[in-house]
Amino acid sequence: MKCLVTGSNVKVLGKAVHSLSRIGDELYLEPLEDGLSLRTVNSSRSAYACFLFAPLFFQQYQAATPGQDPLRCKILMKSFLSVFRSLAILEKTVEKCCISLNVRSSRLVVQLYCKYGVRKTHNLSFQDCESLQAVFDPAVCPHVLCAPARVLGEAVLPFPPALAEVTLGIGRGHRIILRSYQEEADSTIKAMVTEMSIGGEDFQQLQAQEGVAITFCLKEFRGLLSFAESANLSLSIYFDGPGRPAIFAIKDSLLDGHFVLATLSEPDPHPQDLRAPELQQPAPQLQAHSTPHLDDFALDDIDSYMIAMETTVGSEGSRTLPSTSLSPGFQPHCSPGSHSEEEDDTEPSTVPGTPPPKKFRSLFFGSILAPAHSPQGPSPVLAEDSEGEG
Amino acid sequence: MKFRAKLVDAACLNNFTRVSNMIAKLAKTCTLRISPDKLNFILSDKVANGGENFFSEFQMEGVSAENNAIYLELTSENLSRALKTAQNARVLKIKLTNKHFPCLTVSIELLSVSSSSRVVTHDIPVKVIPRKLWKDLQEPTVPDADVSIYLPVLKTMKSIVEKMKNISNHLIIEANLNGELNLKIETELVCVTTHFKDLGNPPLASENASQDRSSEQMAEVHIDIRKLLQFLAGQQVNPTKATCNIVKNKIVHFDLLHEDVSLQYFIPALS
Repeated sequence: MKCLVTGSNVKVLGKAVHSLSRIGDELYLEPLEDGLSLRTVNSSRSAYACFLFAPLFFQQYQAATPGQDPLRCKILMKSFLSVFRSLAILEKTVEKCCISLNVRSSRLVVQLYCKYGVRKTHNLSFQDCESLQAVFDPAVCPHVLCAPARVLGEAVLPFPPALAEVTLGIGRGHRIILRSYQEEADSTIKAMVTEMSIGGEDFQQLQAQEGVAITFCLKEFRGLLSFAESANLSLSIYFDGPGRPAIFAIKDSLLDGHFVLATLSEPDPHPQDLRAPELQQPAPQLQAHSTPHLDDFALDDIDSYMIAMETTVGSEGSRTLPSTSLSPGFQPHCSPGSHSEEEDDTEPSTVPGTPPPKKFRSLFFGSILAPAHSPQGPSPVLAEDSEGEG
Repeated sequence: MKFRAKLVDAACLNNFTRVSNMIAKLAKTCTLRISPDKLNFILSDKVANGGENFFSEFQMEGVSAENNAIYLELTSENLSRALKTAQNARVLKIKLTNKHFPCLTVSIELLSVSSSSRVVTHDIPVKVIPRKLWKDLQEPTVPDADVSIYLPVLKTMKSIVEKMKNISNHLIIEANLNGELNLKIETELVCVTTHFKDLGNPPLASENASQDRSSEQMAEVHIDIRKLLQFLAGQQVNPTKATCNIVKNKIVHFDLLHEDVSLQYFIPALS
């Protein structure tokens, strides 16, 4: 395997690694025919991120040396990130970056060719592993939002950097509403609630009904957002109802990126009305025009993010999986035209046999093994310690 | 009880933001007193800050007709953080609302390049202060000052006081009617004094005082240097007018005027 990145693409690669580092502690690297894929997942399995760099992104791209097994490995995120730690230095001094596999020493070699003849070589140890694959299909999501990253960057600006979760919803008049999410458990500590309302005209695509809303981790989203802003790309958000994973996607001719984040589910069949009763309000109700539209939100007490792993193999019955596709690649195409049904899914979010609804569910991960290594029966959680050969 | 105000002028908005930032630097919690004609920020270290003329629209209704005021307690940082997003605001509205709990809702309509408007709303949780505690929050009555003098450039004062803090916590501030102000630190090992000259004195309110003392006689107060430093640290911009009033051995009173906003800071003498 050998990949050679030159010029400004080195910084792009570095920025992607920075984005991925916001999600997980291990980087899964896999050179595929359609490009180099870098993936990660967070420890609670509630967030998955993936960047795919097309062969054209590289000056030279060789997925696998003939005769060698295709590489499928994972590296400590910290180690890989340290190569690209300072983006400013990458931009200023690094001319080329070469990623290759040293079979003899079992090391992933990342070489930075810098100015003045300086060459930095990093020998990173890796672990062979199964391909990390999340099962998701943007085409299945009924709701789509698409906007330039700049618009979304401005939208999250009023929120404190420390804010963990945010609720995204569609308000009256096709306005997109972002609101800081507070866990009910902390109701004794009354925190400031911030809400941002943007007109639908700022969005390139808005296919969602009024009243739909999802709550997801803002910190993880910021990872992709900062990348999209620096690359000046548009960001698409594909989502369904609460509890179903939300897909954040960016794409250009040389790369695409997907962040799949779990969303808080709705355990209460009778969602609480967000609008508080006006106790002492002699004046007419003077609420900001956007707030009443979040009445349908059920921002109730979710105790903790829960890790719920299921394999796609042998769980076709689970309706929480947006897609039962077993292909190793994902289909990032969005085909809004094909969504003939526009009404919300009214099916309950509880599915028989799944964990109690109160917990955070994102049951979309599977361990998809390459055909040569198909398991006998349903395989357990990502078999990370496998040797890699059949 | 109701309160609703609107700010549309960019300069007023800047001032309001600046005041809020200053408050956030001075104290973690502050009290907002809403009266029919003005807004006061009260900090427990006996600082009061009044502002009027900011708002293009100002409506309030106090607790009752006789007590036509509202006292709210809030975390100062929340207000300054809310106002940070108001840098490009077209309109800023502040309302007292009740969303699960009493809130000061700051609603900001942003200037937007596109045709659509963007609205940011911040709900700042507040605690309504009951009437029986209002007396603790009144402006302190200050006896007439013995000496009144204009302050030197606050940034200069701040850097000097910062260095002095490393030597001792006990600072002596003294001034006379001849435009001279001294900052003194005295320890066993060392004495440091900084002399400011030619500062000028505002006309004194009471005529008697100026006759009794010679213009060279110093009036001094011993204060905790940290309180002075906290006050100076919050001053970002040089005020339009800055006066220091000293009541001998009792209290030092700083009176700042930033355009429309007046800031009063009282530091009591060390007992």
